[in-house]
Amino acid sequence: MSRKIPEEKYQKTFSCQFRRWLEGAKDPFAGEVEMQKQAAFAESQEARERREQDEKLLNTKVYDLENNFEVRIFRRFYKVFSVLFCIFLVAMLLVAVSDLPVFGHAENPVNNEVAERYIEKGLEETGAVNIVTGMILDYRAFDTLGESHVLFIATCTVLILLRRDGEKEQALDEDNDRIHEPKDDVILQTAARILVPPIFLFGIYIILAGHLGPGGGFSGGAVIGAGLILYLNAFGFARTERFFTARTYRRMSFCALACYSLAKSYSFYTGANHIESVIPLGTPGAILSSGLILVLNICVGVVVAGTMYTFYVMFRKGGY
Amino acid sequence: MTIFTCILLGFLVVCAIAASLSKKLLNTILIFMSYSLIMSIIWVLLESPDLAITEAAVGAGVTTVLFLVTLKKINAIIKTESSQEENANEQENT
Repeated sequence: MSRKIPEEKYQKTFSCQFRRWLEGAKDPFAGEVEMQKQAAFAESQEARERREQDEKLLNTKVYDLENNFEVRIFRRFYKVFSVLFCIFLVAMLLVAVSDLPVFGHAENPVNNEVAERYIEKGLEETGAVNIVTGMILDYRAFDTLGESHVLFIATCTVLILLRRDGEKEQALDEDNDRIHEPKDDVILQTAARILVPPIFLFGIYIILAGHLGPGGGFSGGAVIGAGLILYLNAFGFARTERFFTARTYRRMSFCALACYSLAKSYSFYTGANHIESVIPLGTPGAILSSGLILVLNICVGVVVAGTMYTFYVMFRKGGY
Repeated sequence: MTIFTCILLGFLVVCAIAASLSKKLLNTILIFMSYSLIMSIIWVLLESPDLAITEAAVGAGVTTVLFLVTLKKINAIIKTESSQEENANEQENT
């Protein structure tokens, strides 16, 4: 038994809309999507005249081109020389590249006892299946600590340069910021609703499985930061500031950096004094294995995700 | 070296030249983004997936977004309504 539905409801059903679209009805979004062409650069007559006059003045009065032979020679030389210098530089670099050893050859200078040790003893000593992660977070963890701090210092610098002081200025900036943004854009919001959860899950997976496969703290953190930026663009600052503000960021990165430093100082202390570390390495391949690498990955991921998001917010409106 | 790698490397060179020669800033940024994407595929072919993930997330994602925000801030993407009004006022005055 079939059931009749009212005409209005039928118009809204997916199949009806699809059929109308197939038959070539008007695109419902045509002419309504906010998109503008870049305006052509237009110089007013007055400005051009002034610029030409300035150039003329500069050439006749300041350089005195007609009588000053040296300047004329120098200008010609400058043009020729810059081209020649570029060609010389390109040639030098190409020669240098052609002198490089063959990619992946066994006799290359990179294949020395250090790489041999990493490959042969890496799994045994760090417990990480992914040798790259074992290298950067165990053998060379001090470098990675420095990198995390570099990121943090970069954020501090961006804060100093771009932060707007005073609530009045900030409110003004906020108003300016949302004028040209598509407010509650349906396409963007639907796409974000579908895409953001998988992006977050993928980022968390990359961070947590950093010692088992490709990935790690930095890449996973960058993925999560990109997801946060997408969410912010779709739903606006009001939604994100419910769970992520400047204070959250400060606390998060402080905790992560402190945790990293503590964990690493413990292993430096035990390593330098030849004491057995209490933390077990576990079975290689299990998620809870390879000692401190999982913790360090999470710390780096938290710092990087916060930093990416903070960069974006600072560029947008200088404070949050 | 396979043909696929050669094609990708060729694209890389084309992107690098096109990015520096493009007149519009928006196009330059988009070309730069495609450069990063091609680079991340090349990283996969060079058997370093770690770098490929980072390149795709940072090079193609976050950097591009930051560039776009900067372009918007200096009004290089769209001519804003307020500046159009200002221009109209100026033309009326002159």
